[in-house]
Amino acid sequence: MCDNNEKIIIESNKLNLYYGDNHALKDISFRIPSNRITALIGPSGCGKSTFLKTLNRMNDLVPGVKIDGQVMYNGEDIYGKAVDVTRLRRQIGMVFQKANPFPMSIYDNIAYGPRTHGIRNRARLDEIVERSLRDAAIWEEVKDRLNKSALGLSGGQQQRICIARALAVEPDVLLMDESTSALDPISTSKIEELAMDLKSRYTVIMVTHNMQQALRISDYTAFFLLGELVEYGDTQTMFSEPTDKRTEDYITGRFG
Amino acid sequence: MRSHFDQQLQLLNSEMRDMGALCEDAIALASKALSENSKELAEKVPPIASALDQKERDVENICLKLLLRQQPVAGDLRQISAALKMITDMERIGDQAEDIAEIVCYMQGSSRKETELFNSMARSVIQMVTDSVDAYVKQDLELAKKVIFHDDVVDDYFEKVKKSLVDIIVKEPDMGGFALDMLMIGKYFERIGDHATNIAEWVIYSVTGVHKSAELIKN
Repeated sequence: MCDNNEKIIIESNKLNLYYGDNHALKDISFRIPSNRITALIGPSGCGKSTFLKTLNRMNDLVPGVKIDGQVMYNGEDIYGKAVDVTRLRRQIGMVFQKANPFPMSIYDNIAYGPRTHGIRNRARLDEIVERSLRDAAIWEEVKDRLNKSALGLSGGQQQRICIARALAVEPDVLLMDESTSALDPISTSKIEELAMDLKSRYTVIMVTHNMQQALRISDYTAFFLLGELVEYGDTQTMFSEPTDKRTEDYITGRFG
Repeated sequence: MRSHFDQQLQLLNSEMRDMGALCEDAIALASKALSENSKELAEKVPPIASALDQKERDVENICLKLLLRQQPVAGDLRQISAALKMITDMERIGDQAEDIAEIVCYMQGSSRKETELFNSMARSVIQMVTDSVDAYVKQDLELAKKVIFHDDVVDDYFEKVKKSLVDIIVKEPDMGGFALDMLMIGKYFERIGDHATNIAEWVIYSVTGVHKSAELIKN
């Protein structure tokens, strides 16, 4: 569990998810603290990415998916009937494993979200683009080529463009699904630094296969196995004195 | 899946066991040199102390390589970090056996019945050292606790040693120098017991993650 003094931003209660007959998430009850980095770890197929996607309803798009239980975000059930999913995804943004900039200019990539939400004023857009690129620690690298295609950037730069794009709509929470797994160590380190800088203003929830990454930057770690949340707690305790034998076996490389 | 890593951990265990055996040899020899009043035996202790110094370097090397290359976590991290702490105490045990042997060398011709008390004390501390290293290799919490408990027995021996030496000083004032040498030896044995206790405390950390009631990795 996370520290009792933490402010909770997202809480799942007995969350179950089925892909057809496959029971992919089993009774997940999980309280995620605000302004912290929470890492989700576990072997492939354990449900960690599925869980991450339930947090901004990305699984709605999967055919045959069935979800029961609750995911409360700031006290409201995000699976409630009245929820505006577009608004929810603005508040809970996502960055994927593979950088996926739109085939347009760097500027337009970042301005895309704000424009969708009705911002047309050029000066206001300029301001958002600069702030987002600065927050994503890539402003200095791209400020002189904002009108060039984002596809011409390196993988690490493209990933930071995607982070800037997610930040442009001023989310509360940033979901990162193995967002550094395709990057070299320098780009990885830049994004890790970025995640640590961002947590004063955002909540970061990240899926990672890189245990050292979870150790370096996360405050809390959750270990998933076969659709269950096995253990969840403060990262340093989890990696020095895990409570559950399955956690110990996984993080020490005995299976997985 | 992690067979290479496990082999390295086994190598670490076997080096720790060897280092423990060297500690036992050093104490046993120093004690025998004392009871037999043998300079010849006493002179065999310093090479063992040097071998312990070398072992300390070897174990450090294994541990640092494991930290670098395996980036251990959980039980592995505790086992390796405990080893790094334990070898400092083991090396000190070698130094103290050497200190005892050094005194024996210049105490020539002073063999007395008091040495029986020292023999018992030496047997006690050797047992503590053996058990503490065994507890580490087997990750045996109960054995480690037994070592810590046994330290009181060694402390009692030291109290007896002090009393017997006070008697000597009172009854035979010209034996004052001898009594002080013996007091030093008693103190060295007692310190060896403390080192074995330290080792056992690190074994408990290695098994439980708690060192002397304190969580070492705090937020």
